[in-house]
Amino acid sequence: MITITESVQKERRKERLDRGIKVRCESIYGLTTWREICYLILPGTALIGGVLLLPLLVDSYWQRVLCVAGVYALLALSFDFLAQYVGLVCLGCAFFVGAGGYVAGILNDSLGWSPFVTIPIAAVTGAVISTLIFLPCLRLRGVYFAIVSFMIPMLTVNIIIALNIFGGTEGISALANLPNVWFDQYIVLGIMLAFLFAMRRLVVEDVGLVFRAVKDNDQAVRASGINITLYKAKAVFIAALIGSFTGAYLSHLYGWLGISLFAMDFSILPIAATVMGGPGTLVGPVLGALILTPLSEALRGFGQLRVVIYCLILIGFIVYKPEGLMNYLTRKYQQFEHWKEV
Amino acid sequence: MLEIIVYGVVNSVIFALIALGFTLVYGVSRLPNFAHGAIYVMVGFLTWSFINDLHLWYPLAIFLSLAIAAILGALIYRLVLIRLRGMPTSEIIGSFAFGLIILEGLRLQGIGGFKGFIGPFYVLPSFIDAKTNILGVIIDAQRLVIVGAGILLVAALWLYTKHTKVGLALKAIAQDEQAAMMLGVDSDRMAMISLAIGSALAGLAALLILPLGNVTAENGYRVLVYALAVCIIGGLGSWAGAITASFALGFAMILSNFFFGALWESVVLVGTIILILIFKPSGLLGKQKELEERT
Repeated sequence: MITITESVQKERRKERLDRGIKVRCESIYGLTTWREICYLILPGTALIGGVLLLPLLVDSYWQRVLCVAGVYALLALSFDFLAQYVGLVCLGCAFFVGAGGYVAGILNDSLGWSPFVTIPIAAVTGAVISTLIFLPCLRLRGVYFAIVSFMIPMLTVNIIIALNIFGGTEGISALANLPNVWFDQYIVLGIMLAFLFAMRRLVVEDVGLVFRAVKDNDQAVRASGINITLYKAKAVFIAALIGSFTGAYLSHLYGWLGISLFAMDFSILPIAATVMGGPGTLVGPVLGALILTPLSEALRGFGQLRVVIYCLILIGFIVYKPEGLMNYLTRKYQQFEHWKEV
Repeated sequence: MLEIIVYGVVNSVIFALIALGFTLVYGVSRLPNFAHGAIYVMVGFLTWSFINDLHLWYPLAIFLSLAIAAILGALIYRLVLIRLRGMPTSEIIGSFAFGLIILEGLRLQGIGGFKGFIGPFYVLPSFIDAKTNILGVIIDAQRLVIVGAGILLVAALWLYTKHTKVGLALKAIAQDEQAAMMLGVDSDRMAMISLAIGSALAGLAALLILPLGNVTAENGYRVLVYALAVCIIGGLGSWAGAITASFALGFAMILSNFFFGALWESVVLVGTIILILIFKPSGLLGKQKELEERT
């Protein structure tokens, strides 16, 4: 595959060619030498190894940040899946977080169940609730869906305050914590990796094909006798499962839940991470979240400045580098480029 | 009973004013301006600072902050949206990020001696500080000013799009972009103008409505949600739809307020939106064009 892009100068253009090793690895010969095998497994191993080693390398404060980074990575993953593979731009991911968090918190608070029971139950229940709430909006497309999904978490907060249910503005405190800091980190990072590879698999299966078809041309899918709303609901369920898990996890991590689970942060930072990491790559958003969360944590001392900074990063990437980090890195890994006289 | 009608009308006009700028921009250039709420709040704070820090004359402060809002609107298009047109996801994310920068920037503390606008200390003066009696209902004059100004604004916009060259060009782009471009209307310039006018309208709404309460940054999110709710219910980009929707929402909220108490307002808002989406996904007055996009 040869890709050619126009350069800025008139007389030259940039030519991109696949690296020899990449071409060799595309066939069975990829497995014949150590060099090729290393080339193939390097990116995956680097990611898994890096993620699993990180908790051992940092001190206890940053270990806590790592937990939150894992949460944002999961949310970014679910945003990327919905936006790039199903065509539902969901600006209300915070609702998934809130639904899962509240279910887990209420089960723990009123029935006294342990986190190991509440988290899985909350993930599934939260996902079901989110799917039911989003169901009326699934008939909408593009901007319309984005707008309605944006309003859902904000209005939910209003309702919780208005009716003074689930602890109202105070929230519910003194929830059971997870056993120890190592468990905290490895459970979220492990689930993040598991979901990452599961999603990569899912989008190339048959059902993933239907999802992508819904994004590209839903009328054609409809004409094939497939119910698009059903598939959109399935996709929302998958994304909400991830989101609700993070919510349940967060409420047990902090031992506290409140309306801040519906906060804009949970909708915006994952989007920034996705745009930065490379939309549509699934790995990119995870990387983006692992970069952005520590960055925003380092800026915590500046108060609102961190929101401003990650919005600036967001605009910078979306305007000047819309392909994102991951696509850029993949290109560099697989191709070399040189200037060519025209 | 009369109370419901009078306050219902006032509330409806407030909704219409909030949504006017958003629906104008979307109608003309198909750009969802998610920085709408941010500009609304920014104008409030700017005017407050002009009056209280620089001690400017009130009308001059209003004029200056509206001009800044219009320039900012044009800048949003020039700097961000112009490169993202046609990609709805990016348009929303880009303009929303721009809005967040403004909103959260207003709350920044301790940079260059800037204190940040936090807390309920910022109140704009009302135009006329008095109370009057209408149909036996006591109402403050600011609310009457809102209704009057709302009607005047809609009339002025209608005349503007009917009788001036730029207004006609805006309308042409809204109706058929390709044909308008063929006749020499510059699509980019019109989008920029629509964003400038839309932002100025958001500012104007802020100046009219904010004297009723405090200016806080949280207002921005609420205003954005209201504008979006009105546009969704009315059918995006439809003028008559937006006005109908603001009356529906305005009265729905006043009625729920009257019968169930103020806390139920947002519940009613969600309920209305979801009901309308279930029964009429294209909004109350959405046209065939919108239906195609939304099925």
